[in-house]
Amino acid sequence: MFRKLTLLLFLVTGTTSCQKREAASNPGTTSVAAAASGPVRVVYIPKNTGNPYFNGVVAGLEKGCKELGAEFFTTGPANPDATSQIPFIKDQVQRGVNVICISPNSSDALNQVFDDARTRGIKVVTVNTDLVGNESHRDAAVYPCDFDTLGASQIELLGSLIHYEGRFAILSSTTDAPDQNYWIQGMKEALKNSKYTRMELVDIVYGDDKPQKSRTEAEGLLTKYPDLRAILAPTSVGIEQAAKAVEAAGVYPGGANARGRGVVVTGLGTPNQLRRYIKDNIITAVALWSPPDEGYVSAYVAVGLATDKITAQTGNSFDVPGFGRRGFGKNNLVIAGPPLIFTKDNIDQYNF
Amino acid sequence: MNEVLATGRRTVPRWMATPESITAALLVVAFGVSAAFVPRFLDAAYLLDRSSLYMEVGLMALAMTFVIVAGHIDLSCASILALVGTSIATLHVKLGVPLLPLVFLAPLLGALLGGINGVIVAQLGLPSLVVTLATMALYRGLAQVLLGDHSVSLPAWFTGIERVAIAGTLLPVPLVLFLGLAVALGLVLHKTVFGTWVFAMGTNAEAARYSGVPVAQVTISVFVMSGVFSAMAAMIMISRLGVARYDHALGLELDVITAVVLGGASIFGGRGTVTGSVLALFLIAVLQTGMGVANVKAEYQATASGALLIVAVLMGNCFARFRKWTASKGEGSCSGS
Amino acid sequence: MNNRWRLVEVRELPTLALWVLICAVTALVQPKFLTAGVFRSILLWIPLLVVVAMGEMMVMLTRGVDVSVGSMMGLAGMAVGIALRDHPGIGVYGAMVLGIALGATLGAVNGLLIAYGNVPAIVATLGTLGAYRGLVHIVSRGVQVDEYNLPRELGRWSIDGPFGQTLVPWVVVFAILAAAGTLLFLRFTRVGRDIYAIGGNPEAAWLRGIPVRRVTFLVYVLSGLGSGLAGVLYASRFGTINPAAIGSGFELIAISAVVVGGVSVFGGSGTVAGVVLGCLLLGTISTALTVLNIADAWQGTTYGLVILVAVIFDHWMGTRFRKA
Repeated sequence: MFRKLTLLLFLVTGTTSCQKREAASNPGTTSVAAAASGPVRVVYIPKNTGNPYFNGVVAGLEKGCKELGAEFFTTGPANPDATSQIPFIKDQVQRGVNVICISPNSSDALNQVFDDARTRGIKVVTVNTDLVGNESHRDAAVYPCDFDTLGASQIELLGSLIHYEGRFAILSSTTDAPDQNYWIQGMKEALKNSKYTRMELVDIVYGDDKPQKSRTEAEGLLTKYPDLRAILAPTSVGIEQAAKAVEAAGVYPGGANARGRGVVVTGLGTPNQLRRYIKDNIITAVALWSPPDEGYVSAYVAVGLATDKITAQTGNSFDVPGFGRRGFGKNNLVIAGPPLIFTKDNIDQYNF
Repeated sequence: MNEVLATGRRTVPRWMATPESITAALLVVAFGVSAAFVPRFLDAAYLLDRSSLYMEVGLMALAMTFVIVAGHIDLSCASILALVGTSIATLHVKLGVPLLPLVFLAPLLGALLGGINGVIVAQLGLPSLVVTLATMALYRGLAQVLLGDHSVSLPAWFTGIERVAIAGTLLPVPLVLFLGLAVALGLVLHKTVFGTWVFAMGTNAEAARYSGVPVAQVTISVFVMSGVFSAMAAMIMISRLGVARYDHALGLELDVITAVVLGGASIFGGRGTVTGSVLALFLIAVLQTGMGVANVKAEYQATASGALLIVAVLMGNCFARFRKWTASKGEGSCSGS
Repeated sequence: MNNRWRLVEVRELPTLALWVLICAVTALVQPKFLTAGVFRSILLWIPLLVVVAMGEMMVMLTRGVDVSVGSMMGLAGMAVGIALRDHPGIGVYGAMVLGIALGATLGAVNGLLIAYGNVPAIVATLGTLGAYRGLVHIVSRGVQVDEYNLPRELGRWSIDGPFGQTLVPWVVVFAILAAAGTLLFLRFTRVGRDIYAIGGNPEAAWLRGIPVRRVTFLVYVLSGLGSGLAGVLYASRFGTINPAAIGSGFELIAISAVVVGGVSVFGGSGTVAGVVLGCLLLGTISTALTVLNIADAWQGTTYGLVILVAVIFDHWMGTRFRKA
């Protein structure tokens, strides 16, 4: 009995560990083709699996790698803890990949693992999130759009929606999320512009990118500030829960319980997540960039670095089909494209 | 158990009939399968390097073996790790206390936190499952209050303990430390009076009390041990990662308990060995490493680990029935504590 | 036994007093706490919890524990989302039945392992906690179900109620029905009384001819059933069904609610009213922390302290009554 069970268990574990061979790569078709010694192998490690944002990035990376004749696959942890990516990085190094593209969960806890990978000749490209303060531990970084101006563009978007007048609050992710805090800082700077003198930032709350917490915070804002004119949520979880909160309370512009012009919700979010709210007029406009484009540009950076076609150095630039020339800025940072604004008129053109 | 084996049906030698030998056999086969079918798995430098990822779980599992054999459970061990790690890092970086004495203070802090669990469980007679569930949230919460979402970096000399190899070998320090402590704790559990008390208490606390076992002291001791080993694991983890954060080791208590139960310890107490826990830890490490290099997705790994735990216990039960070992436990199977 | 009945009568009072105290303090610091919006916010926070806590309560009454509730909720909710996205024809009620049935099935697996496989409850449900969560990722292929994939009617359950758009939306009604059903089941059926008897004294229950295995199996099925329903309600309330987020960590909140609600950690005693009150208390604390602008970091600490205070208080009450 026991022997049979053991045998069975081994057969099961044995087969599961042996399946999952990734499909072979397609032959290269474009100019930046693979190097002579077999196809370039690119792996992408998102913050966590099941995060819709990174599925868009994966789609772009896949497309780019296919065009360049590189082998691409993705793997990642189930939870976005600071250290959960470490075993995945180690395993991919051992598998002999040429490039690790990663959206790191920590800006400092992964330094040693990255250094190990790079001493073995593997290129490390951070995508969407950078190792702020530890840039020397990776080769290059790709940002989806220019984060320096994103805060200002969010304030302008919000201003245009509330006629540059009224009190608003920010619903962010976690208190120490580096990107969100950088954008919020940009927003505060922008508010000093005389154009926005009649807009007042009354509160900043944090939903930790958890639905329940974000929802409670959004409802808390509606309670604490009865004259609130807008909620600006530069995070996809936050903006959806803010939209649901104003919908449930009926205080969105034109809603049953709206006081005056109602509470406007805007910020950053994916079209798929917010499609219904935009179509139902609960949200008028929302911004983001294109994750597939971000992935696509990352693929060109990754394969270019691995084949030595590109050297990561501030001032260098390279061609990406359909995107023109992209260059390495300060700290070898590449910016994929401009931010996009989604409204009822254009949202159906996007699927991510 | 002797009745069955003694009545001539000796189809399986007794040493094979222990949960530890199941675990050992599983380990051998898992290693063999990985080595045979997974390219690049068999690489001593890589395997030894990756072993460091499991040594924090391993240290906590050593102490958890005592807790579980004593008939208790400690869900708060990973939270103690996080709270000790963040406290030590904060004391050093924010308040400028020298790090070296702090490293020796860490086990004391761990002992205190574990002691709180132990005192509540022993003095009030409350189930450890609920008490440590509460302190799991409480200690992790305090770590979060202390550091928020920040990470605190540690000085360069302190970081990278897993890269230091014992002179002349490839063996990294955490692995050697773990194996050394495993031998020591194995002797304590199986060769000392204290170990006998732990077993007696886990088998039947009332009977143990009447036969003169200082049940309250032993209970507090095993929880203090769990706290001390969690604190040691904290020092290794913040050295390995170079930073301290409140979410270090989040959810790791499950891996720790899995290792101990997979190693053949009974969750009701009274049964378990340090050898079993060590073997089970290596089994988990080999399986995860094999699946990782074979590029099995994380979600399949999670499902496989969960299933492995249940299958291991079910197999143990089949065996136990064979040996009529659970006869005295009766309907106790629905007990959660 | 007598002791138990006396405890039951007085056990809710301190929880109620604590709730009133928290409301009073919060309202003193932030008068806006006493508005309809906050009331609605609390009311919408708890239905998920009540539905899961009812099942968890029955499990804990038998001296068991079910830590897989969050993963069962995730798997059932995800299945409902995928069904509605890919086969909209099944309708919201069809999906609801599917979610509940799937939850019950998952619970039955736990029940089989625990009642018939002799696997300890904590081990079995720890195992399925991991395994079911892995399955959520596998069946969803790591892709979340978005709001626009779901029928509007589902989302309206969290907004409209039987009396139109009022303070009491449908999800609250579902939760009330679940609590009332549990109450009637525990009080007026034989199986319900058996659940208390098993927790009170398993040996004696077995000797009295109570089918201990069957009842044990049943409570895990019911726990799964409640988690399945909670998965459906989650889809209604939050719109997006994300494989990593749905139900994650919910076991801690559910067990907290049950323990705070006065269910004895030794099994055998506890009331539906107490558990509902426990849910209300946790929902109020969570909302109060937000309204008072207290950092989220304190939430875990608060939950931990509340559980500890509740069990220590219970213990203190228990010894007093034993002496009396």
